[in-house]
Amino acid sequence: MAEIAPLAEALAELVADGDSVALEGFTHLIPFAAGHELLRQGRRELELIRMTPDILYDQMIGMGAARRLVFSYAGNPGVGSLHRLRDAVEHGWPRPLELEEHSHAGMANRYAAGASDLPFAVLRGYLGTDLMGRTQVREITCPFTGERLVAVPALRPDVAIIHAQEADRDGNVQLWGIPGVQKEAVLAARRSLVTVERIVERLEPRPGGIVIPGWVLDYVAEAPGGSQPSYSLDITERDNDFYRRWDEISRDRDTFLRWMEEHVLAGAGAAR
Amino acid sequence: MSALSEQPASAGEVQTVVAARRLQHARSVFIGVGRPSTAAILARMVHNPDLVLVYESGTIGAKPQRIPLSIGDGELAQTADAVVSVPEMFNYWIGPGRIEVAFLGAAQVDRYGNLNSTVIGPYEHPRTRLPGAGGAPEIAASCGEVIVIVPHARRTFVERLDFLTTVGHGDGAGARRRLGYRGRGPTAVITDLGVLEPDPDSCELVLVQVHEGVELEEVRERTGFELRVAERVVVTEPPTTEELAALRELVSRSSGAPAGAGRE
Repeated sequence: MAEIAPLAEALAELVADGDSVALEGFTHLIPFAAGHELLRQGRRELELIRMTPDILYDQMIGMGAARRLVFSYAGNPGVGSLHRLRDAVEHGWPRPLELEEHSHAGMANRYAAGASDLPFAVLRGYLGTDLMGRTQVREITCPFTGERLVAVPALRPDVAIIHAQEADRDGNVQLWGIPGVQKEAVLAARRSLVTVERIVERLEPRPGGIVIPGWVLDYVAEAPGGSQPSYSLDITERDNDFYRRWDEISRDRDTFLRWMEEHVLAGAGAAR
Repeated sequence: MSALSEQPASAGEVQTVVAARRLQHARSVFIGVGRPSTAAILARMVHNPDLVLVYESGTIGAKPQRIPLSIGDGELAQTADAVVSVPEMFNYWIGPGRIEVAFLGAAQVDRYGNLNSTVIGPYEHPRTRLPGAGGAPEIAASCGEVIVIVPHARRTFVERLDFLTTVGHGDGAGARRRLGYRGRGPTAVITDLGVLEPDPDSCELVLVQVHEGVELEEVRERTGFELRVAERVVVTEPPTTEELAALRELVSRSSGAPAGAGRE
């Protein structure tokens, strides 16, 4: 049963140095507040898992919190590069970063296999690409039709962290809008935390709403504005200007470090 | 509106207009951000109001009035016919070939329309780390056909990819069938200079169309492999007043739109 707890307390309980951690949210509902709290708590040696690293992982990688990244698309959507991530891969700053990369279909199916507690998932892809030789996939033959397919191994993160619009007092969670891969990430992980915009008396059913019962979660924490500069549909808006500004802030190591010191490490406020 | 169409079209605008025309009769198109998205929204405005726009974020049938900065912008979800999860998008919609056309970009394209969006330089020590595969490999594997939209430059059209992220026509005729890919693969590469299409037999890209005022020599010079040229090269019908006005109106409405979305 989900315990409703302050964010800092939940994270201190859930995440240790060296853990594999998936902070998911596909453009929408990215759990920035939780990621920033992990940085304030000084977590190191993390294996960060996320389909689209986005600005949040650029920040965590730039602060040296990660030893390894598992991902499928590492760009600043619509803007360009993630400069801190590139600096880590191209120059090893502030430390080298080991990469394991997949396609989106591969990552989504790896989570789905993890959520199903199956060892792998099957799809039509990867064959003929250079990804085959660089990542964990195997060609398999369909036992029924003989078709050439690939198997991708299940993802089982130590911890999954996602953000949603609402939870009730029993820790049942509802999110709506672009659902990404959050439900799969939570069900694939050994431990989980959902941060929410608000805690309400009763969840009102929403069109396209996804409800995750509180009894499969470990912690729920209230974090209003906790997905900014990403957004929570109907509550906050994506801060496209910040995504553009990040390009400048993150280009230079010192500018980046100063910004992080001032906006993230210094306090628990909204980091923008 | 008329003031918006007085300036002659830029090469980038022509590229967008030509891409939009390819969607005149399509039922559905899969798009990322940037020029492909602009072209698809333009196609809905001037050619094909029923065109279904599908974004990787899970929005099917989105009807954006502005050019989105990211594929997850709120407007896409709010106007969509359906919003699905990422596993559902790839397993139920893209994989079975339900989407007719896919627009893809890339950092490098080879003569068989294979794409690199992973690294420039060696994988272990890249000169430039690019974003990576995203949805492209499976989109190209299974969508009905792929239209590649890239700038025409020697560093884009290369003899040999630094990394093969997405299979176009592999090593030529029959490759897609051998790999078990069901879509037709790239049917066109649209650039700011013209259009290349795969030869029906060898699958090698052939220049079939140049935009107005573009010399063959320039296309050769800006192609990093030996360019094959069709016997008859068509000259692109210039953008009509209506196309250009609609495109410029869309770009100005989306003030603060991403670089490369419209005029250059």
